[in-house]
Amino acid sequence: MFQKWKDRVTVTDIVMWMIGGTLLLMCLWGSVSTIRAGLYTKSHWIDFVIFGLAQGSIYSLIATGYTMVYGVLKMINFAHGEVFMSGPFTGYFVATAMWRSDFLDNHPIIAIIAIFAVAMLISTMIAYLVEKIAYRPLRGAPRLIPLITAIGASFFLQYLFRGLYGSGINAYPDVKVLEGFWMILGIRVLKIQAIVIVAAILMMIVLYGFIMSTKVGKAIRAVSEDKEAAALMGIDVDAMISTTFVIGGMAAGAAGVLYALMYKQVHFFMGFIPGLKAFTAAVLGGIGNIPGAMLGGVFLGLIESVAPALFLDGLGIIAPYQLKDAIAFTMLVMILIFRPTGILGERLATKKA
Amino acid sequence: MTKAQSLWNHGVKIGAIGGVSVLVICLIGMVESFGKRFIIAGYLPMGVTIALIISMFAAFIAAKKTPIPEKSIQFANAVMSGFVTSGLLAIFVIIGRSIKLRVVFVEASPVLYNILTGGISGAGGIFILLFAGLLCGAFSGLLIVLTDLPRKLIINAIATVFALGLLQELILPILNSWDLGVTNYLAGLFYTLNGLTPIGAILAVIIFCILYLLWHANQNTIKTKYSNLPKATQKKTKYFGLLILAIILIFLPQFLGLFLSEVLTIVGLYVLLGLGLNIVVGYAGLLDLGYVAFFAIGSYVVALLTSPQIFDIGLNFWQALPIAVICGILAGVMLGIPVLKMRGDYLAIATLGFGEIIRILVLSDFLKPWLGGAQGIGSIPNPNFMGFLMVKPQHIYYLILAGCILVVFISLRLKNSRLGRAWMAMREDEDVAQAMGINLVATKLLAFATGAGFSALSGAIFASKIGSVYPHSFNVFISINVVCIVIIGGIGSLPGIVVGAAALMGLPELLREFADYRMFVYGVALVIMMLLRPEGLLPEVRHKIELHDETETGTQTAAQP
Repeated sequence: MFQKWKDRVTVTDIVMWMIGGTLLLMCLWGSVSTIRAGLYTKSHWIDFVIFGLAQGSIYSLIATGYTMVYGVLKMINFAHGEVFMSGPFTGYFVATAMWRSDFLDNHPIIAIIAIFAVAMLISTMIAYLVEKIAYRPLRGAPRLIPLITAIGASFFLQYLFRGLYGSGINAYPDVKVLEGFWMILGIRVLKIQAIVIVAAILMMIVLYGFIMSTKVGKAIRAVSEDKEAAALMGIDVDAMISTTFVIGGMAAGAAGVLYALMYKQVHFFMGFIPGLKAFTAAVLGGIGNIPGAMLGGVFLGLIESVAPALFLDGLGIIAPYQLKDAIAFTMLVMILIFRPTGILGERLATKKA
Repeated sequence: MTKAQSLWNHGVKIGAIGGVSVLVICLIGMVESFGKRFIIAGYLPMGVTIALIISMFAAFIAAKKTPIPEKSIQFANAVMSGFVTSGLLAIFVIIGRSIKLRVVFVEASPVLYNILTGGISGAGGIFILLFAGLLCGAFSGLLIVLTDLPRKLIINAIATVFALGLLQELILPILNSWDLGVTNYLAGLFYTLNGLTPIGAILAVIIFCILYLLWHANQNTIKTKYSNLPKATQKKTKYFGLLILAIILIFLPQFLGLFLSEVLTIVGLYVLLGLGLNIVVGYAGLLDLGYVAFFAIGSYVVALLTSPQIFDIGLNFWQALPIAVICGILAGVMLGIPVLKMRGDYLAIATLGFGEIIRILVLSDFLKPWLGGAQGIGSIPNPNFMGFLMVKPQHIYYLILAGCILVVFISLRLKNSRLGRAWMAMREDEDVAQAMGINLVATKLLAFATGAGFSALSGAIFASKIGSVYPHSFNVFISINVVCIVIIGGIGSLPGIVVGAAALMGLPELLREFADYRMFVYGVALVIMMLLRPEGLLPEVRHKIELHDETETGTQTAAQP
């Protein structure tokens, strides 16, 4: 028994477990001392959780795009963060135009639907074009090549939009209806956060239903299972891959508007970090797995908003919120090391080997 | 009818693509901001040249893709494509003049419309635009109709004039710096302060044509003569060439002014970085997007050890340099261990995450007492070589040159060593490499460590050159730039990296207007490169064979039932 273990466990494994254990202990130690010191009250924590849920549900929507593309093409669509940026950046002009003519405050629902429509249209178009121009000619090329193309496409899109719309930070107009807060079960919730959470959940239900119960959704799932077999069954594989990008683009565009409404600003670089985070969320949930991506997004959002206060404050680290991105990326690396299949993913482990 | 339609399809479609491309570069402001710089003084601004070249290229492709290889139809298709391109632009100008597009597109200014219409308002300008498109199409059509030799001659002559105009900032100061009668005369003959003189352009074309024809006529005899020489003489010629190169490299900063030397040092630092990443990406096939982390580590170690600001250790540069490199190597191993099991895209994202983690940590207030936070660390002393203080870029250049020679030597020796072959085996197929008895853990870690060491060396020189380090200098763009250099130059090829660094880092420094469009052009270049020439500009022989071999076997297996 011991001999068997000795064969299997290498030095690098031990090093990895030591690093992981240290990080875990640090987190535990930090949490205990934060709670003991009582730096935050109960309402603080509730605020953190709600903010985390809102943030996380946006990540979830973006992550579904990553995960679906990974499912059908087995590649990371690096440009997805830019697909996310393109929609709300274009929607900004619609929003300001309507805000100037007071349409935004008089008919807020129609106006917001219009912003969503424009943003989703642009994001969808960009996602479709990226697939068609940059990825389709490279089917069957060595793995490194489409990845490099994706990086190129990502920076091309960033600087295209920077050139088209300018490099400044544009402030989204305030929508009066979305300001203020509601009392839900005795908890004060900012209206915008509640709406973001509800809207994201609704969209995810629609998306999940589409993938699970329509014919197109079934075809997409078949393509992600086995391209050749799907083609033999009479499924147009290229069309399904395009459809996947279109759906991912729509979700990303919607997520982008929610993001813009919450943070009230758009700029050309806004897609980069959320894109990376959403990828983290997709990996967290098990890449290729749609419910996993949704769960992973919410989980990541929660960790990001709670962890700096909970883990780091107790360790005596000043300004822990500066480190929230570092926490997310550390988590990404840790997941990739210890459980590359993610929380829900089992399928891929056998496939990759 | 349908057949006729399908004949025109290519012209219209590719012309439309060309039109959209030109429209994009107009809308992001490239045409306008390059409009102030002239290729031929007074006649041809660079922005317009770029637009013309794109539409000619589109027309050329349209003609080439015509299904029936009949000259008249090809010519007609080229003209059609040029017309569609200019037609799209004309529609844009008409719309732009009647609606204020500037609310959305910041660069859609009246100046742009004037450039597009040749400065003439109203319908006349639109006609000029359309006419220019037709001319472009007709020109490309002529190129297609011509035979091989004149076509090559014309294309290369145009490229020469373009390059001469583009590199004015490089050539003119060198000519002026000698201050001899001949060079001054040449400078005056060819260049104005902004662009070539018309006479200069014509002269350049004539000289180029003569040289090209001479070379074309004698190409074969020279080549056979060279290969007929005995082996020893061939070797001697090669060494002689290397000697000349060495002399040029050693005396280069003497010819260049302060500014060009500065550009040269920047290029040199990127050559160092590129050579390091080449080991990781090029030899071992591990796409590392967090490469800037090691650059930062090298810089910060030197800063902490030599600057009096934070710890006041007071080492000099030469004592700090090996420590920085060793720290870089250690960091390479430490960051390498966690990602050992990852491949391809996972590895790319994980290393990208590492790079960001390091930057965020350095930037944070938490580590400020030790690393200086956002203010960074200043007053790093200049390197002191045997009592000689290296202050000017010309002096730093020699430091970088020494570093480059060292790194090139190590890279060359490693490439054909046992380790180098192990890396390349791993790049081709990890599983097979392991089955052949290659220790993947050691091989991968050595790749990361070597690459990180080179990067740290570059970072150390960077810190002492600039004299201060800030976390903002170490963002993800540095990593992406270096990846671009390696990929565009040619994965795994050393001359490719030097050329890539010179083109991608040197040109933007020479053309200041270009700075805003740098990442845009890199992105386009990466995508186009991967689509058309994945092996890079100056490919490494083995990698090229690998890439093309793989596609061939791929199609073969796909063709089999």
